[in-house]
Amino acid sequence: MKRLEQTFTDNRTKDETTLVAYLTSGYPLLGETVGLISAAVDAGADVIELGVPFSDPLGDGPVIQATGQAALDTGTTTAATLDVVAEARAAGVEAPIVLMGYCNPFLRYGLTQLYDDARSAGADGFVVPDLPVDEGAEWLAQAEASELGQTFFTAPGSSPERMAASAAASRGFLYVLAANGVTGVRSELDPGIDAYLERVRAAGDTPMAVGFGISRPDHVAALHGKTDGVIVGSALLQAIGAARDAAGRRQAVTGLISSLKAATR
Amino acid sequence: MNGRFGEYGGQFVAETLVGPLQELEEEYHKALVDPEFNAELDRLLKMFVGRPTPITELHRLGSTENGVKLWLKREDLTHTGAHKINNSVGQALLARRLGKKQIIAETGAGQHGVAVAAACAYLGLEATIYMGRVDAERQAPNVQRMELLGARVVLVDLGTATLKDAINAAIREWISRPDTTHYLLGSVVGPHPFPTIVRNFQSVIGREARAQFLEENDRLPDAVVACVGGGSNAAGMFSAFLDDPVRLVGVQAAGEGKGGQGGHAAPLLYGDPGVLQGTRTYLLQDDDGQIQLTHSIAPGLDYAGVGPEHSHYKDTGKVEYIAASDNEALDAFAALSSQEGILPALESAHAVAGALKVARESAPGSTILVNLSGRGDKDLTSAMAALKQREETAR
Repeated sequence: MKRLEQTFTDNRTKDETTLVAYLTSGYPLLGETVGLISAAVDAGADVIELGVPFSDPLGDGPVIQATGQAALDTGTTTAATLDVVAEARAAGVEAPIVLMGYCNPFLRYGLTQLYDDARSAGADGFVVPDLPVDEGAEWLAQAEASELGQTFFTAPGSSPERMAASAAASRGFLYVLAANGVTGVRSELDPGIDAYLERVRAAGDTPMAVGFGISRPDHVAALHGKTDGVIVGSALLQAIGAARDAAGRRQAVTGLISSLKAATR
Repeated sequence: MNGRFGEYGGQFVAETLVGPLQELEEEYHKALVDPEFNAELDRLLKMFVGRPTPITELHRLGSTENGVKLWLKREDLTHTGAHKINNSVGQALLARRLGKKQIIAETGAGQHGVAVAAACAYLGLEATIYMGRVDAERQAPNVQRMELLGARVVLVDLGTATLKDAINAAIREWISRPDTTHYLLGSVVGPHPFPTIVRNFQSVIGREARAQFLEENDRLPDAVVACVGGGSNAAGMFSAFLDDPVRLVGVQAAGEGKGGQGGHAAPLLYGDPGVLQGTRTYLLQDDDGQIQLTHSIAPGLDYAGVGPEHSHYKDTGKVEYIAASDNEALDAFAALSSQEGILPALESAHAVAGALKVARESAPGSTILVNLSGRGDKDLTSAMAALKQREETAR
């Protein structure tokens, strides 16, 4: 949690947008995930959002869903993902790592155990897309007890009251959905995004990170100064999926993250 | 409505859907007390759906089991041939109140899809129906009906390509267009307020059946039986008997009749609580919380979850849940057809099979009221193929 807060604070001071890189744990192989995390961080990713695969990921578009299914097919679990975090820490990764996953696998693991183990492994927080703030009390209590972050969401159609409630409850950062729908690469940002981000900003001073549809440096540049962070997922996973071998996948991550990071300044 | 049935239910959805769900709940509350809405719903149920449906006394089936007398509530006699039309008409009217002209729906057996397509055609709404490819192949006549009724049918190849995946696809589509579309959910599943709204629209089944049975018998039935996939026909039926000294029995799909993973669709018997598709309920899941494969010969029962209200009834013992296998359902399908002249849906055949089990443990002269949720025309091809294959295997 402290690492997460510090990262957003430092970047705010430097007038840089915090770059959050989403990777699916276990995609394409569990053994490659730590290497891809390291590659992303070395290339400039400020925060890693590590996806725990789920069989029925309602918030994910086709790209992330396919990576999750591939990861499940090779046996990636919540416990295996916690091991990935611990291995990344052992390998010297210092950037904050938040775990993204759906309610059911986390509930199955057991919330108390999950937050304890996540903290021990070196994770910094949780992002749970099917957990609106109204259902989040128990999760939030666990996050507070374990000193971990807990991210809630805001959507274009959220009322000012809901935006304020989600922002106030979020520990670490508020996830700002750039568009209605599921994750995925979109060619253009929504034309109304500036006014929407101003409404989010007015809802509270929790750092905000914009996700869904952010895929290119010009998107990141266009959001500079309007949000604390941006989250890139599908584009990164597409680049990984298009590469032929492990070295190519690391290169793909380095290439895309470097170009995105350059646009954060 | 607080959205909870004991510890089950709730609203585990993407933030994008919280606003539309609140809007739906608010409009539903207004509609409940709006005489004009209720009058229009009643009129449509009478003039379009064909209510009230009768109850039918069976003369042969069941009588050999302790002389038990079976009665059927005939939802198979509704327009479009299943109870699904009750909820589809109600929610289509709600969608119109909400000013939404586009309807998204999902279907397993095709019965809900046909009901939505018919209701939308009648009320002038656009319908897009998501259906797993496996189900579409099993229920080809219903796909043709939906298309003829003007709906767009989208086949889903993901996952198991059955009901669960059709619901996922429909919810994803709804997340993309929540402002202009209404998701017309077909069972008592999903996030609040759907389980309550759907149960209330289906409660007409129980209200009618209870009054009709009393009228015919001067007493209540000893037991009421209904099949439970998502559980909407059962929730509607049971709702009228919750305060009565009546044994309530829900019948889930035991599939191949083995309790192991993938061979059945009976989360209330073999599952554990978890969160799926916006609600906390019993689920078929593995040790890591991944949703398991399911199997039932009845597409409408082939679902890894169940309505949260049923989960609550299971824990409190208000309703007993048993299971009937594919084979038992096929036996009931054939028996009801040949002995009583009524061709049931394979889903409803599970209820009949369950009722025969209840009959065997009932006192002589007991009465059992079974909800016959739908008719079996849609299942003819798959049921006849299964019966033939069984005969050949037995030779």
